[in-house]
Amino acid sequence: MSDTLPAGSDAGNAGPAVVLKDVSFGYERRRTILSGIDMSVPRGKVVAIMGGSGCGKTTILRLIGGQLRPQRGQVLVDGCDVASLDREGLFAMRRKIGMLFQFGALFTDMSVFENIAFPLREHTGLPDELIRDLVLMKLNAVGLRGAAGLNPSELSGGMARRVALARAIALDPMLVMYDEPFAGLDPISLGIVGQLIRRLNDALGITSVVVTHDIYESLKIVDYIYFVSEGRIISQGTPAEVRASSEAFVRQFVDGAADGPVPFHYPARPLAKDFARAA
Amino acid sequence: MNRATLDLWVGVFVTLGIAAILFLSLKVGNLLTVSHDPGYRLVAEFDNIGGLKLRAPVKAAGVVVGRVEAVQLDPKTYQAVVTMRIDRGYEFSKDTIASILTSGLLGEVYIGLDSGGDTKMLANGDRIAKTQSAIVLEKLISQFMFDRAANGGGGGAATAAPLPAGAAPSGARGGK
Amino acid sequence: MRPDAVTWTLRRVGRATLGSVERLGFAARFSVAVLVHTPAALRRLSLTLREIYFSGVLSLVIILVSGLFVGMVLALQGYDVLTRYGANESLGVLVALSLVRELGPVVAGLLFASRAGSAITAEIGLMKTTEQLSAMEMMAVDPLARVVAPRFVGGIVSMPLLAALFSMLGIFGAYLVGVKLIGIDAGSFWGNMQSAVDFRYDIVNGIIKSVVFGVAVSLIAVFEGYNARPTAEGVSTATTRTVVASSLSILALDFVLTVFMFRGMVG
Repeated sequence: MSDTLPAGSDAGNAGPAVVLKDVSFGYERRRTILSGIDMSVPRGKVVAIMGGSGCGKTTILRLIGGQLRPQRGQVLVDGCDVASLDREGLFAMRRKIGMLFQFGALFTDMSVFENIAFPLREHTGLPDELIRDLVLMKLNAVGLRGAAGLNPSELSGGMARRVALARAIALDPMLVMYDEPFAGLDPISLGIVGQLIRRLNDALGITSVVVTHDIYESLKIVDYIYFVSEGRIISQGTPAEVRASSEAFVRQFVDGAADGPVPFHYPARPLAKDFARAA
Repeated sequence: MNRATLDLWVGVFVTLGIAAILFLSLKVGNLLTVSHDPGYRLVAEFDNIGGLKLRAPVKAAGVVVGRVEAVQLDPKTYQAVVTMRIDRGYEFSKDTIASILTSGLLGEVYIGLDSGGDTKMLANGDRIAKTQSAIVLEKLISQFMFDRAANGGGGGAATAAPLPAGAAPSGARGGK
Repeated sequence: MRPDAVTWTLRRVGRATLGSVERLGFAARFSVAVLVHTPAALRRLSLTLREIYFSGVLSLVIILVSGLFVGMVLALQGYDVLTRYGANESLGVLVALSLVRELGPVVAGLLFASRAGSAITAEIGLMKTTEQLSAMEMMAVDPLARVVAPRFVGGIVSMPLLAALFSMLGIFGAYLVGVKLIGIDAGSFWGNMQSAVDFRYDIVNGIIKSVVFGVAVSLIAVFEGYNARPTAEGVSTATTRTVVASSLSILALDFVLTVFMFRGMVG
């Protein structure tokens, strides 16, 4: 399947948009971040990857985007093995992927308009008027057409996230990945961004992967949820299944309990040993 | 930042910078008058070049006409072989005398060219036959002392008396 | 315990050596990558123009003012020494040669490192910290070509121009002090200068020096920025490293270049 050209598999491919098969990854030999991840993201769906901080969620996105290569297993995007791609192939694949970074990652030295025009200017030879129309359309989709002339420093956190979202969909991607889209947002902005993710996904017919630890917002908008803990998928299901789940980890996550399968205490010696000297 | 303003500033900056390089080249480095053509080479041999350095000026009647390009020692004759680059436009006769001179007592060492009366001119690569070596101050002094001692110091002042004793050995060596 | 301590020390030494070799190799590979992307920066001139604005135009004021004052001080001090030997007409020579050969490229280089080099590092480091570089990569745009190479080229273009401006202003400052204030004859000031300063030997070598310093500072600045740890602390450390490393390499390179360029002067 690695010999399928990305261009040839653009349309009409009925398989899942993203498949991870038994993927393992670690930065060094000793430290494993992901081990044996199996995951499938069907086309047109919004899939959430949930887990505590530092459990390897963002690493999954980087593997899908080809910024990292798995030590074991396969990452298939649009039916094409990411690890087998050379530089050109990787860049061609990335044009089909939009990504929203944790805090937007807007280019601080450009206006909002230029930020969204950036991928268009880099990858299309479109004339300026057409780029202008496209940019304003994308901005309109996130409700910020009026903010085109502002600088990223003048935007609130929620607005910056929406501008970044407009930039992520600028090239009409097949897949959009969201890295913590809800982090640090007030409840109103959070609701807006959540609704946008769902609406854009359905309206533009894209596939979305959302990495987050915000369970309430996710349950409202996603189609399927994977729970990741310590580099493994420990549970999965639709929002309804998750709500009804009796698994300890899922319950702890949904209920926000301090102690549970994820312990409150960092591993330590028995309490008595540490305080023995005082006695 | 507006694109046009930015372009303007960069234009001003680059123009200023190039103007500065031109200023340094023309006004300070004297590019127009001196070294825009390679000129030609002359060679001269000296017994002693004193403090002559590379790139020292070559002057004729006090006018800079070229520079010293290379200084080597001839391993057979133990003479210093000095290569000079003379600016085009200056020509010197075959019997020109090259001498190593010092401007003032402590000034820079340069080569002076005194043109003779020959009608044939020196061409690229030619050797200047007549040279006059540098005057080394120490030698001059010791020679002076030696002469005084040899003359017996008859009419010498009182201070001359202790000097011949120190000057005599060097004078003896030099006069063998 | 003793052999343990020895092993431990040896292991530390080994690790430090391996670490620095690795870093050196990494820096070399990075330099090659930047050079490979340099033609791309030249093709997209508008990006490079922007960087010339930031590293060149914005450094103008400090360069011009420093040049003027360095020249004026050089004239005052030089005059003081030269009059002892009755050679005060050589003031122009002294000032021009010091500036064109050494002070122009070196001082302008040091100022450039702390003004523009640190800014380049901080900017790229911040772009890395805020994931702008990652975002660019994910948009299938190579940050080396889009962000790093234009800054590198902009620095190389700006540096020789700044050094020349520094020298020119310095000579102008010396002229003000020497001719206008002290009263040296203007004719002998310029005349002696012109007969002593050689275009190819002094001016061209000075320009070569400033180009070399420009390459060194720009390369160090983009390297430190691109490889900064993506935290606020990492960026500030990288900025400091840029200033320190580029100042030291300017001084070391200056010595090496001087030895090769002006070898004939010694002895």
